[in-house]
Amino acid sequence: MVKHSEARLDASFAALADVTRRGVLVQLGRADTSITDLAGKFDMTLAGMMKHVGVLEQAGLVRTEKVGRVRTCKLGPRQLQEATNWIESFRQLWAARFDELDNVIEDLKQKEKRIK
Amino acid sequence: MKNDTHVERKSERELVVTRIFNGPARLVFEAWTKPELFKRWWVPKSAPMKMVTCEMDARVGGRYRLVFDFGGPKTMEVFGKYLEVVPGSRLVWTNEEAGEGGPVTTATFEEKGGQTLLTIHDLYPSKKALDEAVASGATSGLPEQLEQLSELLGSQA
Repeated sequence: MVKHSEARLDASFAALADVTRRGVLVQLGRADTSITDLAGKFDMTLAGMMKHVGVLEQAGLVRTEKVGRVRTCKLGPRQLQEATNWIESFRQLWAARFDELDNVIEDLKQKEKRIK
Repeated sequence: MKNDTHVERKSERELVVTRIFNGPARLVFEAWTKPELFKRWWVPKSAPMKMVTCEMDARVGGRYRLVFDFGGPKTMEVFGKYLEVVPGSRLVWTNEEAGEGGPVTTATFEEKGGQTLLTIHDLYPSKKALDEAVASGATSGLPEQLEQLSELLGSQA
């Protein structure tokens, strides 16, 4: 059991180690998207995008569904985001913003000091 | 040492974010209303996006518009109108990009002993609207989480 979940974690980390694949997850978080559209958005060949989606699919982060000739990608069953911890991720977003805002305020304070 | 950020779902229709800043309220307010300052902090460094347009007419009835680039052909826009503007203490604006379901946001800046308590209060038109924002907003924190994971990955390599 432990081995199994470790292997899944490894697969997730490997899947997330690539900037394009992270971008694909962010995109799918906004809307389901076909592989063709994903390839277009990330300026990449269809074959290249299929490889990325394959890695994400294996990690359970993405699932795909073929309707007619179109293969649509959606976030998978192992979404990093659980409904229960949305508030924590929302908090993290604001915390990250505010840490930058600290720097801006520090700069403004320094500027005022110099003028005085 | 970073100050803590608190988030609370205060009621079925309300979300509240609070944070203390080590500076006077007028400077925190300035960083919220001047585009050249706002641009420097709104998008966290770890987010895979850039703010390409930042227009703010911070007067009662004035509008704001932010455009984000995710590296693809499509951009994302958020926009709305300022309902109340009290320099150094209070800012109220609408969030209109999602249509009727968008919240009205009230930011208050309370100064005490050289520090400022910032409270951001989102009031949604209905429970359903907030639930839907949560469902889609759950992804808004995703970049941070991914970044942490990739950092962890990097430190293990």
